[in-house]
Amino acid sequence: MEYSAVKGRIFDIQRFSVHDGPGIRTIVFLKGCPLRCRWCCNPESQSHEIQKMQLNGKEKTVGRDVTAGEIIAEVERDTIYYKRSGGGLTLSGGECLVQPDFAEALLALAHEHSINTAIESTGFADFSVIQRLLPHLDLYLMDIKHIDSDKHKAFTGQPNDKILENAQRIARSPVKLIIRTPVIPTFNDTEEEIRAIAKFAASLPGVEEMHLLPYHRIGTDKYKGLGREYSLSHIEPPSQEKMNRLLEVVNTYGLRGQIGG
Amino acid sequence: MENYLVVLSHKIYFMEQETRKKDRKMAEFYSEKIAKSPRIDRIKEKMLSEMPQIEADRAVYLTESYKQTEGEPIYIRRAKAFAHILDNIPVTIRDDELIVGSATVHSRGCQVFPEYSFEWVEAEFDTLATRSADPFYISEETKKTLHEVYKYWKGKTTSELATSYMAPETLTAMEANMFTPGNYFYNGIGHVTVKYDRVLEVGYSGIIKDIEDEIAKIKVGDGNYCKKRNLLDAMIISCKAVIRYANRYAKKARELAQNEPNSTRKAELLKVAENCERVPEFGARNFHEACQSFWFVQLLIQTESSGHSISPGRFDQYMFPYYQKSRKEGMTREFAQELMDLVWLKLNDFLKVRDEASAEGFAGYSLFQNLIAGGQDEHGNDATNDLSFMSITATEHVFLPQPSFSVRVWNGSPRAFLLRAAELTRTGIGFPAYYNDEVIIPSLMSRGLTLEDARKYNIIGCVEPQVAGKTDGWHDAAFFNMCRPLEMVFKNGFENGKQVGLKTGNVEDMTSFGEFYEAYKAQSDYFVSLLVNADNAIDVAHAERCPLPYLSCMVDDCIKAGKSVQEGGAIYNFTGPQGFGIANMADAMWAIKTLVFDQGKYTLKDFKEALENNYGKEMDSHKAEKLTVTVIKELAKKGKTVSADEIKSVYSAIIANNCPQDKKDFYAKMLSDIETLPKFGNDNKDVDALAREVAYIYTREVEKYSNPRGGKYQAGLYPVSANVPLGAQTGATPDGRLAFTPVADGVSPAAGRDVKGPTASCNSVSTLDHFIASNGTLFNMKFHPTALAGRHGLENFVSLVQGYFDRKGSHMQFNVVSRETLRDAQKNPEKYKSLVVRVAGYSALFTSLSRSLQEDIINRTEQGGF
Repeated sequence: MEYSAVKGRIFDIQRFSVHDGPGIRTIVFLKGCPLRCRWCCNPESQSHEIQKMQLNGKEKTVGRDVTAGEIIAEVERDTIYYKRSGGGLTLSGGECLVQPDFAEALLALAHEHSINTAIESTGFADFSVIQRLLPHLDLYLMDIKHIDSDKHKAFTGQPNDKILENAQRIARSPVKLIIRTPVIPTFNDTEEEIRAIAKFAASLPGVEEMHLLPYHRIGTDKYKGLGREYSLSHIEPPSQEKMNRLLEVVNTYGLRGQIGG
Repeated sequence: MENYLVVLSHKIYFMEQETRKKDRKMAEFYSEKIAKSPRIDRIKEKMLSEMPQIEADRAVYLTESYKQTEGEPIYIRRAKAFAHILDNIPVTIRDDELIVGSATVHSRGCQVFPEYSFEWVEAEFDTLATRSADPFYISEETKKTLHEVYKYWKGKTTSELATSYMAPETLTAMEANMFTPGNYFYNGIGHVTVKYDRVLEVGYSGIIKDIEDEIAKIKVGDGNYCKKRNLLDAMIISCKAVIRYANRYAKKARELAQNEPNSTRKAELLKVAENCERVPEFGARNFHEACQSFWFVQLLIQTESSGHSISPGRFDQYMFPYYQKSRKEGMTREFAQELMDLVWLKLNDFLKVRDEASAEGFAGYSLFQNLIAGGQDEHGNDATNDLSFMSITATEHVFLPQPSFSVRVWNGSPRAFLLRAAELTRTGIGFPAYYNDEVIIPSLMSRGLTLEDARKYNIIGCVEPQVAGKTDGWHDAAFFNMCRPLEMVFKNGFENGKQVGLKTGNVEDMTSFGEFYEAYKAQSDYFVSLLVNADNAIDVAHAERCPLPYLSCMVDDCIKAGKSVQEGGAIYNFTGPQGFGIANMADAMWAIKTLVFDQGKYTLKDFKEALENNYGKEMDSHKAEKLTVTVIKELAKKGKTVSADEIKSVYSAIIANNCPQDKKDFYAKMLSDIETLPKFGNDNKDVDALAREVAYIYTREVEKYSNPRGGKYQAGLYPVSANVPLGAQTGATPDGRLAFTPVADGVSPAAGRDVKGPTASCNSVSTLDHFIASNGTLFNMKFHPTALAGRHGLENFVSLVQGYFDRKGSHMQFNVVSRETLRDAQKNPEKYKSLVVRVAGYSALFTSLSRSLQEDIINRTEQGGF
């Protein structure tokens, strides 16, 4: 099939995104995710189904079916800003690996238009799926949330062995890999836990950067809007001081650490 | 393989960026920040502690002189009056100053100019201090003095003469606020950049010699001898007066030095005296003298006439030789910076009083002295130098609304310069405004400038490009509210009992979008012709009653042509009236096209009624009060006495909007249908294409006309701040905009309607033809401070500006203040005395703006980084 005719399901497109990859980017949010992270700020991204969500007193339909061609047409509108800033397209979600045909089509089309590509992904899939995307990818922003598989499972619903293994294989590919860790109090915000992740990241060949993304509560209203309970409502975002301490931990492993994307 | 190439191309891109970073270190200019002298804050604090006030000296001496010169040729009368003012007006040296010359005794004071108009000043004596926009203190004694002075001026002003030159239908249209040429109707013209470089180089003694050489060439038998000889004599009288004025300052400085106990200050004052004895009579020999010479020119152009937007232009270029020379002679960078900071402060030391209505349109006491850095030289090389960077630093140090600071951007601009400019933007001061050489240079050439002249352009006032020392651009010629002709279509040209516009037929009977569109065009064209009549009448009045010999000796080719600037003595002559409301018009046309003609959901009759009834919405109390006053005044005019009860009932009828509930429901449905339509500013190709066409209705019509100075009309698309007061005189529009609310500013999308982020907004705005709007376009963007955070924030910001410019946008400016900060400033103005925000083509102290303009700024769509 022509790439442009490949269908997929998204729930948002955000232009002028400046925190997910270099430069000015357009983020396409794909719907559906195999993980159920308790802190997820886009709970409407998790189910692959098209849903209704109440937001600011209005009902909003979340999710629409599109073709890769029409999405690229919109992404292309900002080509000039990508060129000026070194930006491009980022696939986020949800998890783009859940829709491999669609993700591959979007990335390949972007490259056909000389647009830089990135994905923001959990890496939770069979490597054969990831392998299909790598030739069309410039940057892999990969979440490593915890080194302890049991704790990982308790907070995200899935163990982490596949994720860690995939990270090692991606690191050996020519694609640039950046490790990102959401810092979630009660889950992974101790120095030991971050140290374990940093150590792992530093062991990956070619990985130079690690980003710490401080927990925030921006998505809380969406849980209500979907009629769901937000289980982390008692948690406070980490202080700037704490983030700085964790950043130092990261830097000691020779990684270029950064707070925020 | 192909994919590999893409990856490689991206890698090369990043490598290039790295190299660029290295280049920065090798650049020829000094780009580091330089520390601020403590002197700057001392002067600034003192300056801001005084309430602006009106002084009468200029008006008194002007009038004295005019009384003595009755019957003499006008050039001589103007020159003698100018000389009489300069010989007598108080000379004031403020504490700590190293650059001297003050228009008024008190800081941030204001002189008045009765030769242009005076009636409004007198009428507003008692409200000047309390009005919401730009209040001024005026003492009882000054009121009395001015009251005496004004007796002389009845029947003698440019304003009165202009009125008598206007056609009756023009006056009717102006009364109905179809357009307002208020700026030059009541004031001097200004809007010019003179040959500062020439004065710096040879001084007025050199210019007098140029004039004398010209006098030697002309013969008494020449056809133009009488006028030319008179004008040249008047120029010499003026230049000599300026030299005497500087010498008065030298004398004053010596007097102060004599009584000065502090030896450091004493030495400073003696230096000041030395400088004023030297310049501007002779050429400047060093940077300090050059700054002083510049300041006298800047100050005195604004003493000869009340015209504002006297724009210093390319200060970094014409000052550079003096900076270089002084640096070689041992001047420190710190001292050079201090002198520049002091010049920046002086540019804030005097203000201009405008009538209440104009004050709202030009809110913020602004004098629009536009100063621009960077860009190309006449040969097309990048011209960025140390002073370009130091101009940015001066703006940061002084942090006041003047000068209106701009930068030129082109494909060869050093990245370091753009990043430094972005840092200034991040402070939230609203400076610099960014201008695109790649649009403006060809645009000016399309108006007849040579390539070399076009490359040297600078900006006048808000956003208007021209070449210095050769142009009389008449840039702020009138505000043309593009929404009003649309109202006329719905009203068949008839409003408040008068035929104001054309009879384009009953709107209910129109059967196609084409017909409706043509009716709008006909109304718009008609009002453009009346606008031209108004402007040309004013133009002629200035030439006859207020030619300016002093200004004219610094603009080519007035000396050779023997004509003042006001009579067409400049090489390039234009008239530039500015249209605004393009976003509302585009959205309105789109609503009519889709809802009436494509979908048939509503009829034009529905729209007509909805607009008449303001979509069934209540009016806010402030607007209702104003409207009530208008209604009552109308009744009173007709000789009816109105009781308090009647006033009450008029008011409650206005505020309640007594239309029946079923109608209200119908209008509410209509509004929600309009809301779901795509809007200008969201990168929708169809709506944007329509916006481009609608803008052409105005811009292509304007350029058909000529002015009395032998030049052409050229359109601008910018509003200054008039989109608020003139919006307050505009009924509801088919885009769902409610009656009397602000109209969209400049070429920006309507406030709050661009929801797809800054790149989408930029793409829409750049769809308009910015080349034809050669008198300037204005695109406002508001960013939350977090969007520019960190090095990445600056990089992305610069890339956004460059991206917009790649797409051939011509101007961009930013407000980077959080909504919360502005709200807090409304509540606690005393805490925010020095909060500067971007209004339109200029910045102003936020707390000095009227409430409604503050609201407009707060409501502009705020862009964040996602």
